[in-house]
Amino acid sequence: MDFFTHFLAVYGSLINFIGINALLALSLYVTLSAGQLSLGNAAFAGIGAYSAGVLTMHYNAPFVVSIITGALLAGIVALAIGLPVLRLRGVFLAIATLGFGEVVRIAAVNLDITGGAQGLVGIPNKTTTWMIFLALAAASYFIARMRTSRIGWSFESIREDETAAAVTGINTTYYKTLSFTIGAIIAGLTGALYAHLNYIITPGEFGFSAAVNLLIYNIVGGTQYWVGPLLGATLLTSLPEVLRGIGVTAGPIRMCVNGVILLLVILYLPNGLVSLFGRASARKTKVRADSPSGEV
Amino acid sequence: MEVFLQQLINGLFIGSVYGLFAVGYTLVFGVLDILNLAHPAVFTLGGLVALWLVEGAHLSIWAAFPLAVLFAGLLGILLDRIAFAPLRHRADSYFSGLISSIAMAIIFESAALGIFGARTVRFPAGTVSMHIWRFSGVTVTSLQVEIVLVAVLLMVALTSFLHRTRIGKAIRAVAESERTARLLGIHVDAVIAWTFFISSALGGAAGILFGLYFDSLSPDMGRSIELKGLAVIVLGGMGSIPGAILGGVAFGLSEVMTVAITGTSNLRDAVAFTVLFLILLVRPSGLLGRGRIREA
Repeated sequence: MDFFTHFLAVYGSLINFIGINALLALSLYVTLSAGQLSLGNAAFAGIGAYSAGVLTMHYNAPFVVSIITGALLAGIVALAIGLPVLRLRGVFLAIATLGFGEVVRIAAVNLDITGGAQGLVGIPNKTTTWMIFLALAAASYFIARMRTSRIGWSFESIREDETAAAVTGINTTYYKTLSFTIGAIIAGLTGALYAHLNYIITPGEFGFSAAVNLLIYNIVGGTQYWVGPLLGATLLTSLPEVLRGIGVTAGPIRMCVNGVILLLVILYLPNGLVSLFGRASARKTKVRADSPSGEV
Repeated sequence: MEVFLQQLINGLFIGSVYGLFAVGYTLVFGVLDILNLAHPAVFTLGGLVALWLVEGAHLSIWAAFPLAVLFAGLLGILLDRIAFAPLRHRADSYFSGLISSIAMAIIFESAALGIFGARTVRFPAGTVSMHIWRFSGVTVTSLQVEIVLVAVLLMVALTSFLHRTRIGKAIRAVAESERTARLLGIHVDAVIAWTFFISSALGGAAGILFGLYFDSLSPDMGRSIELKGLAVIVLGGMGSIPGAILGGVAFGLSEVMTVAITGTSNLRDAVAFTVLFLILLVRPSGLLGRGRIREA
C-alpha cells in the first residue's frame, strides 16, 4: 500500500494525463470508426474546456453542471457543423475540420470571456483521478457495446465503402453525423474535466498539434479496435517519462523517437500495435486448429 | 490611400512567398492525391540550411540559395523513398501517406531542433544589400523586389518545365492517370521522385525567402505557414498550380488588409480560416477547380 501511495504521489499527474489523452483518443476513434478523418476533436475539447471553465468561474455553476454543459455544447456545435462538413470526403474533410479548429482557437484568443491568449486562469481544481478513469471506463464500455450494435455495423460499413453502405439502405448522413457528434461529446467532456484538473487552459493547447497528436495515438495503437487508442495514448503519453528514466533528456531526441515510432507503425503495422496481439492470438488459434493433423 | 497602396504592395510580397510554398504542396497533391504534411518541415530546413551556408560556410546568399534549394529537393526524394513509395500500393494510400508525412515532419523538425537549436536566428546583416525606394509615399525595398522576382522566376520556370520538357509532360500524365501513364511506358516511380524533388525544392526556396523577408528563422517556423499553405491550396483549388499562386497572393492580401482594417493582428488568421471553411462548404473545388488542375 505504501508503494502504491508513493507511486501515485510521483506519477499522479502522469496518470491523470494518460487518462485524459486516452479519452481524447477514444473520441477521435469513434469518428474514425465511421471512416471520417476529423482533425477537429481538439477544438471540441477546447469548446468543452472553455465553456465548463467559464461556467464554473464566472457563473459559479456546480461542477456537474459545468461538465455536462461542456460536453453538450461541444456536441451541439458538432451537430451544426457536421451536417454541411461531412459531405466532404477524405483529406478535404480533414482540412475543413482543421480550419474549424483554427477558427475556434482564434476565437478563444480574441474573446474577453476566455481570457485571450493568456488563457483562462484559476479554474478550481475539482477533477480527481477516479473521475477521469470512471469516464474512461464508461466511454470504453459504451464504445465496445456500440461496435456490435446496429450503429457500430453501420459505422463499419460506411468506413469500408460509403457508396455500398448507402446502397444497402444505410442513412450515411445520419450515421456520419452521429459518429462526429458522439466523438465531439466525448471530447467536450474530456476538455471540461481537463479544465478542472489543470487550473489553467490556453488556446494553444487545443490547436493543430493537439489534433494531430490524437490522430497519432490512434494510428500507433490501431484503429480497428477500441483498445488501440487507449494503448497508443498510454504508450506515447508515458514515453517521455520512460525515456527520461533511461537517461534520454534531450528534447529533439524524444521528439524524434515519437516520429520514428509513428513511421514504423504506419509502414509495418498498418493496423497499429494492437494488431501485434491480434496476430499472436490468431497464430495461436491457427496452431491449435492445425495441431490434430500435426500430431498424427 | 497611400496606406492602402502600401498594404497592397506588402500583401503582394508576402503573398508571392505563400504562393511559392503552396505550389509545392499542391504539386504533390495533384500528382499523388496525397497531402504532404512534411512540406512545412522541408520549408524550415531549406531556410536553416541556407542560413548555415551563409554564416558557417561564408558563402554569398546568391551561392547559398541554389545549394539550399538543391538540398531541399534531395530531402524531397528522401521523403518519397522512405515515407511514400512503400505505401503506394495500399488502398488507403491517401490516409497512410498523410500519416507517414506527419511522421517525417516530426523527424525533420526534431533534426532541425537538434542541429540548429531552438532559438530564433536571422541572416547576418548585409546578407542582401538593402536599397529603399519611395514612390509618392509608398516604400519598396530591394529585398522585396528580389523576393518577388525570385518567386515569379521560379514559378515561370516550373510552368515551362511542366509544359515543355519530357519529364514535365510525364508528371502531368501521371497526374492525369497513373495507370494510363504506366501503360504508356512512363517510368512512374521516377516521375514521382521528380515531383517530390521539384515540390520540396520550391518549399525550401520559399523557406529562404520567408526567412529573409521576416528576418527570422526557427525550427518551428514551418508551423506558422503550414495551415496557411493549406488554406491557399484549398482557395486556389487542390492540385491547381495557377490556383495556388493566385490563392497565395489573395491570402497575403487578405492578411494585410485585415490588419489594416481592424487595426490589430489578432483577427488576421481568423478571416483566412473562415474563408477556407466556407470555400470547402460552398465550392470544394476552389477558385480554379479540379478541371483545371489536371492541366497544371
